[in-house]
Amino acid sequence: MAIKKMGNQTVKFSNPPSIISTASIVGPKEGEGPLKDYFDIVLEDDLYGESTWEKSESKLQKKSVNNALNKASLSLSEIDYIFGGDLLNQIIASGYSARDLQIPFFGLYGACSTMAESLSLGAMIVDGGYADKVVCVTSSHFSSAERQYRFPLELGNQRSLSAQWTVTGAGASILSSNGNGPYITHVTTGKIIDPGIKDVFNMGAAMAPAAVDTIITHFNDTGFAIDDYDYIVTGDLAAIGKDILLDMTKEEGLDLTEKYKDCGLEIFDNEKQDTHAGGSGCGCSATVFNGYLYNLLINRKINRILLVATGALHSPTSTQQGESIPGIAHAVSICTNIS
Amino acid sequence: MDYLKAFIVGGLICIIGQILIDSTKLTSAHILVSFVTAGVILTAIGIYEPIVSFAGAGATVPLPGFGYSLAKGAVKAVKESGLIGVFTGGITATAGGVSGAIVFGYIMAIIFDPKTKS
Amino acid sequence: MKNINIKDYSKYVDEKIPKTNYFKNSFRAFIVGGLICTLGQGITNYFNSIGLNNEEVSTVTAIILVFLGAFFTGLGLYDKLGKFAGGGSIVPITGFANSIVSPAMEYKKEGYVLGVSAKMFSIAGPVLVYGYGSAVIYGLLYFLFTK
Repeated sequence: MAIKKMGNQTVKFSNPPSIISTASIVGPKEGEGPLKDYFDIVLEDDLYGESTWEKSESKLQKKSVNNALNKASLSLSEIDYIFGGDLLNQIIASGYSARDLQIPFFGLYGACSTMAESLSLGAMIVDGGYADKVVCVTSSHFSSAERQYRFPLELGNQRSLSAQWTVTGAGASILSSNGNGPYITHVTTGKIIDPGIKDVFNMGAAMAPAAVDTIITHFNDTGFAIDDYDYIVTGDLAAIGKDILLDMTKEEGLDLTEKYKDCGLEIFDNEKQDTHAGGSGCGCSATVFNGYLYNLLINRKINRILLVATGALHSPTSTQQGESIPGIAHAVSICTNIS
Repeated sequence: MDYLKAFIVGGLICIIGQILIDSTKLTSAHILVSFVTAGVILTAIGIYEPIVSFAGAGATVPLPGFGYSLAKGAVKAVKESGLIGVFTGGITATAGGVSGAIVFGYIMAIIFDPKTKS
Repeated sequence: MKNINIKDYSKYVDEKIPKTNYFKNSFRAFIVGGLICTLGQGITNYFNSIGLNNEEVSTVTAIILVFLGAFFTGLGLYDKLGKFAGGGSIVPITGFANSIVSPAMEYKKEGYVLGVSAKMFSIAGPVLVYGYGSAVIYGLLYFLFTK
């Protein structure tokens, strides 16, 4: 019997796993943004000494895992599983990084929602007693995503005003069955919601309804009130998606205005950095959570957040075939104390 | 004077492209394809020739000018060699530019690497 | 959550998208596109003055402009020009060169046959297919109706 299940889509952990260490690494552009002081490493060159963008992205993941381990004085052999994902075809950034790390590997694809997906599954495995320590890691890279999803870098075209900027970066969290928090207490797994958007330069609008659905379900399932949270943070809805989410949640009777943040709007200064609607990519919520938000949590500046990473589950093939963009959002409830 | 004509007509053709980009979801690939095809059609129905004689490079440098060369080449070859010219005309008239683009493209790709955007 | 009506949602989303500044974009396209054409006129005038015939002049002009488009793409400057000028640098033949060189450079790591050479036609290929295709159709019509 699913004794830990709560409501329709939520799991409540009986031994909430602790996030004992995190690491974040970002590219040069992210390193000039408003959150620059919260990242562990800012690259000067986003090729990171490698010959291809894909190898560079893989190295970002590997580095962030090693960094998170070092911070907690752990070695690779103490980790039971790694949950990793990225945006590339067949998630090669994760596959090649896991090849080098030699930890039992679960590869995940949830597009830009993968950080929350990996935290959800990692927490379930730890709470279930199948592992003591797991690593959750995701990455994205502007240049590798651009060539896969959009256009060659040197093509002289103009970006649409609703377009988002893929974050170059990776973030890793280590979850442990023992620790002093912050703890993952609840997980709400999202359903796919497809509002029929076909414009790949308007991902925020494609993903916002999924985030709304997951957030509402989370509150219904857990009985939490908005005031139980300091922040409700979406992954990469950016400027347009943020507006839509606030409108739609208000219609459902939830006013998130005071508590709401979006990683895609935190990581860049859209005006100064010319990133149009804001940041996106697996690396967006990964670096903002593991860098900025985790810092606020361990320093007790905030006590409880709902991290709702959002993903657009399309591919260049589905786009060319005229399919709409299915959105998904996974929510992870993180709290500094569980008295 | 011919410089001013080239500037204004060339600029106007580019504005048409810009408005198409801004008001539709067309990518630059769609713009290039439709401008070349439009150049062939406009030449065929006799509209583009007068623009070329008025504006010179202002009409031949934008991509409808590529279509203009194709159409002119097709007609010339049909006059000279009949049905065979149907197939050889366009490609012959534009061989220089296309070969140039292929050769220079290959060389540049060998010499240079793409840089990330900032 | 309530079910979403796809039509209403799409209308609602369109209102959220920031408005394009048509005037500014068109002005930039006009200036840059006009300047590239003026450069083309200069090249044309020069080769006319040294006695080349019309066909030779237009071929040489195309080759030189294609070279410049390819070279500035290689230097990493054409994408910056394109960001500023949009249609002003896409529509001239230099933009055609950019559409060939940019994927060719991008896919060098995938090899010189299936990378550089195959990908260089990802945008230019359709241009040639439709360009040559429509020229053959026109040639055929001309052949049928003028004989």
